[in-house]
Amino acid sequence: MSQIQLHADAALNAMADAALMPADIDGVATAVETPQQIAHYLGITPSWVDGTSVGGCSFMIHVRHAAAAIASGLCRTVLITHGESGRSRVGAPPRSVPPSSLAGQFEQPFGPMGPPSLFPIPVLRYMKAYGVTHEQLAMVSVVQREWAAKNPRATFRTPITVDEVLNSRMIAYPLRLLQCCLVTDGGGALILTAGERAADFPQKPVYVLGTGESVETPMVSQMEDFTSSRAFRVAGPTAFRAAGITHADVDHLMIYDAFAHLPLYGLEDLGFVPRGEAGRFIEARNTAPGGKLPLNTNGGGLSYMHSGMYGMYALQESVRQMRGIAPAQIEGAKISVCHGVGGMFAASGTVVFGNQRP
Amino acid sequence: MPDSVRARPQPTPETQHFWDGTRQHELRLQRCDACGRIYFPPRPFCPACASRSVTVFAASGKAVLHSYVIHHRPVSGFTPPYAIAVVELAEGPRMMTNIVDCAQTPEALQLDMPLEVVFEKLDDEITLALFRPMKG
Repeated sequence: MSQIQLHADAALNAMADAALMPADIDGVATAVETPQQIAHYLGITPSWVDGTSVGGCSFMIHVRHAAAAIASGLCRTVLITHGESGRSRVGAPPRSVPPSSLAGQFEQPFGPMGPPSLFPIPVLRYMKAYGVTHEQLAMVSVVQREWAAKNPRATFRTPITVDEVLNSRMIAYPLRLLQCCLVTDGGGALILTAGERAADFPQKPVYVLGTGESVETPMVSQMEDFTSSRAFRVAGPTAFRAAGITHADVDHLMIYDAFAHLPLYGLEDLGFVPRGEAGRFIEARNTAPGGKLPLNTNGGGLSYMHSGMYGMYALQESVRQMRGIAPAQIEGAKISVCHGVGGMFAASGTVVFGNQRP
Repeated sequence: MPDSVRARPQPTPETQHFWDGTRQHELRLQRCDACGRIYFPPRPFCPACASRSVTVFAASGKAVLHSYVIHHRPVSGFTPPYAIAVVELAEGPRMMTNIVDCAQTPEALQLDMPLEVVFEKLDDEITLALFRPMKG
């Protein structure tokens, strides 16, 4: 399928899931492709649109904006779509950094080529600051592969060891192939409406309890603090405060894992563990099957799939967990936190979901 | 003319002073006249207090290695493995660069090692600011 058809295929599935027609949708949010491209293609007449396109967490931010639009009466029923020919590039727009942009002038000349050569740049500073080891960074991949083994749709499901991770092909030291996300095609869609209408729909309702968003910089070299994401530190706590939850309330967690260090930054910046403790936390199997904080239960970008912008897929897993239908279902899960990154720590969005009517 | 060349910066009116500087082997930064903030990348105003009164000055060229990756995949103009580094200038701001006159290995590239700027000409208009280990 071309990229726009990936958007549409997911949208058709979501509309069928909600027993809705295009005429029932009056709000459209999407990234990369424009709202006019998606609304036209699907036959939708919107009174509200959002084209926020800040990378992989755009969809968390779309959820936030859609919830606010619905609450303020700007529209009733929002469709959020994502489609990406990340691997095949069929019908995908070209990727390039304009030479006159700040990134084009002050980063591109020094040899980066896409996220694997940029996103990991802060990692060595983080490792030095907190004494995090290569083995702890490898455990992130090992644990997520355990979750992927439970996901029939995961690309890679065979268990791996720390040794196998540390012997996989070097991509951008300190990160090796098995610490970098996959490159796949994919799409996903969500439909949001007011909680009061939940009884009108066939599926078990999933409620948006709180959200947060922020951006920092388009250039990884200009992050204020290489051991922490400022955008995470705004988005995450904002969502927690809005939802009125504590960390102990969280039954299920998704932290967008474009690379193995992302979950470490996420766990610390969202306040699940003290600064510098995330490596030890994961090494002690707290986020693994059977652990107290199930994380990336679909296998994540590292083992399940990753089309370039992964946030929609993290949201899908949170929704499945709240509906009770995930392949690796966490028994009795009531609250799921879904946290995403955009660009190279450039942006962030966090959504707190619940399945109890607030 | 080499087959493969680095990505070339396109100066803008706001960054022209920086590229004029590197062409003359000068690393230029800006300081806010109102609040004293030194910042990078170039802007004709202060990102801390929004004052439009800023002054361009020549930085010392001294820095330390803040972080890096060693890239193992081929990119036009580069021979892997090569480091993509971020240095912290003595004046405060950080910038991306490459480290020359140094083995591109984790053993040789120690975080916080002292560095000094060297200038590498790309063409008649553009000269890049690279860094090498401080001698002595």
